[in-house]
Amino acid sequence: MSNIIVTRRGLLRTGALSGLALAAPMHFVRGAYAQDKMSCNVPTGDTVTFGFNVPLSGPYADEGQDELKAYKLAVKHLNGEGDGGMLPTFSSKALKGSGILGKKVAFVSGDTQTKADAARDSAKRMVEKDGAVVITGGSSSAEAVAVQSLCQDLGVIFMTGLTHSNDTTGKDKKRYGFRHFFNAYMSGIGLGPVIGEAYGTDRKAYHLTADYTWGWTQEESMKAATEKLGWQTVKAVRTPLGIGDYSQYITPVLNSGADVLILNHYGKDMINSLTQAVQFGLRDKQVNGKSFEIVVPLFSELMAQGAGEAIKGIYGTANWDWKLTDPGTKAFTQSFGKEYGTPPSQAAHTCYVQALLYADACERAGTFYAPEVIKALEGFDFDGLGNGPTLYRADDHQCFKDILVVQGKAAPKDKFDLLEVKKVIPAKDVTYDAKIFGGDLGPADAKKC
Amino acid sequence: MDAILLQILNGLDKGGAYALIALGLTLVFGTLGVVNFAHGALFMMGAFCAVGFNKLLTLQSVTIDPSQTTPWGSPMEVRQPYVEAWLGESGKFLVDYSVPAAILLAIPVMLLFGIAMERGIIRHFYKRPHSEQILVTFGLAIVIQEIIKHYFGANPIPQPAPAAFRGTAAVGELIGLGNGLPYPWWRLIYLFFSLSIIGAVFAFLRFTTYGMVVRAGMRDRETVGLLGINIERRFTVVFGLASVVAGVAGVMYTPILPPDYHIGMEFLVLSFVVVVVGGMGSLGGAVLAGFLLGILQSFASMNEVKAIIPGIDQIIIYLVAVVVLLTLPRGLMGRAGVMEE
Repeated sequence: MSNIIVTRRGLLRTGALSGLALAAPMHFVRGAYAQDKMSCNVPTGDTVTFGFNVPLSGPYADEGQDELKAYKLAVKHLNGEGDGGMLPTFSSKALKGSGILGKKVAFVSGDTQTKADAARDSAKRMVEKDGAVVITGGSSSAEAVAVQSLCQDLGVIFMTGLTHSNDTTGKDKKRYGFRHFFNAYMSGIGLGPVIGEAYGTDRKAYHLTADYTWGWTQEESMKAATEKLGWQTVKAVRTPLGIGDYSQYITPVLNSGADVLILNHYGKDMINSLTQAVQFGLRDKQVNGKSFEIVVPLFSELMAQGAGEAIKGIYGTANWDWKLTDPGTKAFTQSFGKEYGTPPSQAAHTCYVQALLYADACERAGTFYAPEVIKALEGFDFDGLGNGPTLYRADDHQCFKDILVVQGKAAPKDKFDLLEVKKVIPAKDVTYDAKIFGGDLGPADAKKC
Repeated sequence: MDAILLQILNGLDKGGAYALIALGLTLVFGTLGVVNFAHGALFMMGAFCAVGFNKLLTLQSVTIDPSQTTPWGSPMEVRQPYVEAWLGESGKFLVDYSVPAAILLAIPVMLLFGIAMERGIIRHFYKRPHSEQILVTFGLAIVIQEIIKHYFGANPIPQPAPAAFRGTAAVGELIGLGNGLPYPWWRLIYLFFSLSIIGAVFAFLRFTTYGMVVRAGMRDRETVGLLGINIERRFTVVFGLASVVAGVAGVMYTPILPPDYHIGMEFLVLSFVVVVVGGMGSLGGAVLAGFLLGILQSFASMNEVKAIIPGIDQIIIYLVAVVVLLTLPRGLMGRAGVMEE
């Protein structure tokens, strides 16, 4: 017969102690329960690996190199090194500069060569061989669409780099893809009224367009915006990516009757086409009784450096500019400038922010389990990262924030002072219904790779 | 009419670049029998001679201005080019004309590099299959590219033409067709420059004893050797000459297309098509095919042509190559026996 006497007080005390003992590890290993649910490459060691997929060669190599610099800086800041960059200005305070969920951030990188197939190969390698839990970067929409689709299949979150096509978060949107950068539709909305005011409403436009997803949507958006102003579209000509010499495409513009040339080109293509358009005397021409004008809907400081004198006075749009005066921009510019001796480009900015946003989402979700991180990013409102209050819209994974209309500066005071911010277009003006571009995000089901 | 004339001009200046690169390629192939895939890289090196020379001329003294700071808090650096500080207006003139002046730098640099390349690498592959020559020269091209990328970055670096030649010439007036036909001065200069270089190379081969020996060596290397002439040394110089032609072509092209490390590759494939269409080893064929393909490419880009055959601008060169090779298997001016063994 047993001598054990069970009292009511004893039972309660034992129960409380047992409950405490069982709950304690859960407190110290935050997210341990959620991590029982495994998705592709959820880290189990003491580091978490990011995959930076950037173009280090090809027409957009400059942007790629700046992106990689920004990512390296983001890794430093996430791990508590350096001055912290935008962490102190970020409205979310989940990141403490101690890695993510107690794990140090490590990274691998790959060269996308500004080619969709190479970008896919590189991303696949980083996921399958290097164990990257997130892929981020890129400077072309063709790359972004290809990698996004791959990441959806692999079940790995893709935080896009510089991609401006409407398709990225439109018809080709994916549950696993997230875009911080603005898009061609927003450029059209922002730029239309400004060039209407500058050049009038009776204009004839000729488009030269890079022949891939970004160029097509950029052309479509600019046509819609300028035709709304009353402009006529004389002709829209598609040009291959990376051809170098655009003379055979520019000479037909001379006798086309157009008085505005819209260059839907980016990176090295834009540098070449703009330089050559200026060489052919387009900006000195008088057509239909008006001065001939050139518009470049999307450009950056890096492209302005490449185009030299040709960029002066040219209107375009940008996602962000280092000369903005908000605390987030100041902190990032200071941090980047001290590290590399140059101000950051908009490509660098969007990539840095994307790295922080992913890290923050993991902290807030308490896990690296992809479906939970996706939930944390969807519908996330934040501020302090350089573009004012921003929403990561759940419907299409597109960020909505202020965008900029910029103009090539006529008299730059130094080699970094090339663009002038002419107007800040508020987020509400560039917000649109997610349904207009169609597409389907697809499922967020976890995959084990 | 204006549109057609403009496309002819476009084709001629583009063809000038193709012809210059193809001329060097076929010269090397005709003399040494080497398929040199690094030839595009030599064009790129020439372009970077212009960039380097400009950087040299614009070397600046740096003084710190404590009253100004950069946005990231460092003291602002105030820079002034030494040349302008020392030479005043003459210095500014020199910087303005840095592209044509860079030819003076490019000639010795490219000559020495070409000779070193031939002596150091190419000579070991004379008797090896063409596939191995292609692999080694292609590898060399990648190495040169990466070195340039390391030092100059991946960004195209604009090299403006001298201020006096930045505008457009009224070609219509020059040829008596009235107003119109604006065409960039520098592209016209490039066209005349390429014609001059082509003329000089032909004159060198045709009217000098050295050239005569080289031509004889191209025909029958062994017999020339038996006559006691060191033909190998002459061919080494020819390799250097081909490098110089590619290099100066690159120097003068920089105001047309801001150079980057990859610019040579963009021309290389087209130039090989030019060589094949012109006829392997035929100098005249390379020049003829260069201009012909340049002009055809320009016409194929006209909206009127593309409206009839969409995408023709992308394939015209290869289409012409196929047609020429089907009808004239040796190319336009190819000699019997070249690459036919």
